[in-house]
Amino acid sequence: MIDRRSIAGYDWLLFVVVILILGIGVVSIYSVTSASEARSPLYMKQIYWIILGWVVFLVMAWIDYHEIARFAYPIYAVTLLLLVLVLLIGRTVLGAQRWLSFGFFNMQPSELAKISLLLVSAKYFSDYFPKKGLNLRQLLVPGSLVLLPMLLILKQPDLGTALAISSVFFSMVLVIGLRSKFLIYFSLMSLMMFPFLWQFFWNRLRGYQRERLLTFVDPTNDPTGTGYHIIQSKIAIGSGGLFGKGLFGGTQSQLKFLPESHTDFIFSVFSEEWGFVGIFIFFMLFFFLLLWGVEIAYKAKDVLGSLLAVGIIGLISFYFLVNVGMTLGVMPVVGVPLPLVSYGGTSMVTTMGLLGLLFNVKLRRFMLFY
Amino acid sequence: MRESYFPQEETRDLQSRIYWLFGLIVLALCGLLLRAWYLQVVKGKFYYELSENNRIRVVETPPPRGLIYDRNGALLVNNVPSFNLYVVLGDMPDQTEVLSRLADLIGMPQEEIVRRVTFKKEDPFFPIKIKDDLTMKEVALIEGHGLDLPGVKIEAEFKRNAIHGNLAAHLLGYVGEITQSQLESGSYQNLKRGGIIGQYGIEQSFDAVIRGIPGQKRIEVDALGHEIRVLEVNEPQRGNDVFLTLDLNVQKVAEEALGGRNGAIVAMDPRNGEVLAMVSHPAFNPNLLSQGASSEAWEAILKDEGRPLTNRVIQGQYPPGSTFKIVMGAALLETKEASPASRVECRGFLHFGNRNFRDWKRGGHGTVDLHRAMVESCDVYFYEMGNRLGVDNIAKFSHLFGLGHPTGIELASEKGGLIPSTEWKRQARKEPWYPGETLSVSIGQGYVSTTPLQLAMMTNVVANKGISHPPQILKKVRDQVTGSIQEIPTAEGKRIPISPETFRVLHASLAGVVSDPHGTANGSKSQFVSIGGKTGTAQVIGMKGGVHGKLPDKFNDHAWFVAFAPVESPKIAVVVLVENGGHGGSAAAPLSKRLIEAYLGIAPPLEPITVKSPAPPPSAIPSEG
Repeated sequence: MIDRRSIAGYDWLLFVVVILILGIGVVSIYSVTSASEARSPLYMKQIYWIILGWVVFLVMAWIDYHEIARFAYPIYAVTLLLLVLVLLIGRTVLGAQRWLSFGFFNMQPSELAKISLLLVSAKYFSDYFPKKGLNLRQLLVPGSLVLLPMLLILKQPDLGTALAISSVFFSMVLVIGLRSKFLIYFSLMSLMMFPFLWQFFWNRLRGYQRERLLTFVDPTNDPTGTGYHIIQSKIAIGSGGLFGKGLFGGTQSQLKFLPESHTDFIFSVFSEEWGFVGIFIFFMLFFFLLLWGVEIAYKAKDVLGSLLAVGIIGLISFYFLVNVGMTLGVMPVVGVPLPLVSYGGTSMVTTMGLLGLLFNVKLRRFMLFY
Repeated sequence: MRESYFPQEETRDLQSRIYWLFGLIVLALCGLLLRAWYLQVVKGKFYYELSENNRIRVVETPPPRGLIYDRNGALLVNNVPSFNLYVVLGDMPDQTEVLSRLADLIGMPQEEIVRRVTFKKEDPFFPIKIKDDLTMKEVALIEGHGLDLPGVKIEAEFKRNAIHGNLAAHLLGYVGEITQSQLESGSYQNLKRGGIIGQYGIEQSFDAVIRGIPGQKRIEVDALGHEIRVLEVNEPQRGNDVFLTLDLNVQKVAEEALGGRNGAIVAMDPRNGEVLAMVSHPAFNPNLLSQGASSEAWEAILKDEGRPLTNRVIQGQYPPGSTFKIVMGAALLETKEASPASRVECRGFLHFGNRNFRDWKRGGHGTVDLHRAMVESCDVYFYEMGNRLGVDNIAKFSHLFGLGHPTGIELASEKGGLIPSTEWKRQARKEPWYPGETLSVSIGQGYVSTTPLQLAMMTNVVANKGISHPPQILKKVRDQVTGSIQEIPTAEGKRIPISPETFRVLHASLAGVVSDPHGTANGSKSQFVSIGGKTGTAQVIGMKGGVHGKLPDKFNDHAWFVAFAPVESPKIAVVVLVENGGHGGSAAAPLSKRLIEAYLGIAPPLEPITVKSPAPPPSAIPSEG
């Protein structure tokens, strides 16, 4: 009870940080789409999504996470079912089969998969907590829990989400730790298995996915195709310089040299217009957000809460690092959005929900019972 | 209850490793930040330039070409605005649909448009010209349907315009898009694809003077190459204006005089070599060619039997006929093979070897000296004298008068003609020279061939009494920047090693050709000015007997007349060639007279020249073989 005020102060700061990050997104979307005279501009739509996001945030913060975790397995089962359904009857958009149509709205089960996997992994590891770190046998069950939806999602194909799911799992494994003996075996095995695994996954990648990975190695290899994104993004960011070209001043994005500028490459737009100074401030905001999450994980009352927080941090960090790394040309072009910034409802609602869950863990730190 | 303030035992295990996770994330963040620093600060300038190159395109604005005037400042060629139709394939979402719509609008077969488009489509954003010189109605139609025609645009450009149409077409020439081989030749270094250069005539010869300097427009484009706005404009600089030595009035008279007949007329000022008129007929319309004639139109021009693209003045090679007797006269007097008083008996033919060489006059001229032989164009006299001179002497003097090699006029593809010699025959034909052949050469037949311009040079030398100026077609240039006018200096005359006395004799006899009642050109005697000249009739095919009147026109002889006036102090030299015109005296000489009178400003009011249809004069046909 005594600490309440100081914590409330912290959270007020967090609230400001999230609002600032969201604001950066809206302003960048506004900047890059202002030229087109759509009847309902995208930045307004984004604001609606943000409002919906806050509602989801509150809902996720309100219900005790233990209550939510109790439904982890059923949710997981439903997710798998939906993922299979997607492959059978899903709508094909741009060559990828990701959507289930429910008449009035379309849903993307792979989004649900992130949350259900977060819940199920946290639930499993907290129920069977390996005190001395994980060994191979203990990894079998949770490993399979992850691999199953991953393969289904890869099949859609949606490399980004598949990797995102694994990031939840790996961040938890990292925090729980592996037995030192197993760590050595595991590393050796991985090294030996690598060529076979590579072969396995490489063969399962679609042509364009392989192309993206190859292009990542050498963007000039395909300057008008997939390499075009990387080259134009690097030009956009690089030309921003130290102080940027100012709002609406980003020629790369304003003149449409930069594709997908309001979704996956929104960071390039921001960087071109605000320069390194802008990037630095933006990084600080995210750093603060993650720091806040790490503190929650650290101070969580129980393993479940702690692991939930770790998974959420892992997931958001994954999105942030992969997206920004991609725009800076140090990661392959995997179509993942920049959380809280990229235009799009799904990512917004999911991320806000995850932040709500994080806040949930924090709120229940001092609760006396559950 | 208070126990729950303290973490579970397991969470402590977790806590220690959460730092690992945090550390990893911080490390990655720092890495990305460093990367951003590298791109934005270290390589910022590099990427900034790349982004500028992305957005800015430099578009060349073609310069209007300099104007072309005659010697008195009368405008001959200018530029007029023209609306041209371009398509940019890269901007067309559906090429077939847009092109078919466009075809309907401008009433052009779609296949024709497709043909032009496929002709060059390496670069989808290169504007391809579909049609020149749209009518205002077409412009309005296309502008009105602008929204349905993405990738179609109309550009207002300058079109080269020869004001007098076909007049002096061969001299003025035409312009056209630079060709691939011209681009690769390296002679047009600052030009890019699509650039317009002179392709013929003056336009070609003085292209560097006339062309001008292109302007540049820096425009901002979006990723699809659409112009967003203009950032900077450097206006193009018009090319320098040129003043030709041509006299529009003389040219007009010459064109009208020749009328519809095929042939050539060239008039020069013997005192400085300036070309006053240059006509070659049939001609073409430079305006059609300058605007990029369709392939069918080109085909028609190239296949035309009249060869309208041949400038007969510099490229037509004809036997000079009796006009060659001027050279013969000079050679005779200079070599002292004959004196003016030497006589030859002409009975209408000369028996030589085992053949009879005929005179054009059946009954013969009786006993003639050089003067009479010139005035009446006696063939037998020159057969006899040619035989005395020998072919190599004849060749030597021909060269002195400028025959047999290009005059060096600043027009492309000038031909040299041919002056035969024993040496030439041995090399070219691998045969010895036969004495009988010298007789044909003596009256300008046989192997001899010259261009009208070479005969004009010969006439100049005679008129000038031995001083030869190279032909000149450019009189002055007006600089666009300074506005100053630069006169092109007359090239220094070259003295021909022939004595004044010889020229005195020649002048007298050439004047006689026109003034003497027996002169072959007496019908063209002017009541205003003394004219010296020489008729010529060049045989087209070898014929036994003089039965020309019964032949189709194209086997008729070519009619020549070379002249200068006034004889006392010549100001103009004229050469007229009427292809298949028949006799020089009747077909060519009257045209010269008109021209001379017009130039000297003493012409009677223009009236149609009636030229008798080639009468059947048994012309100078040596009965060879």
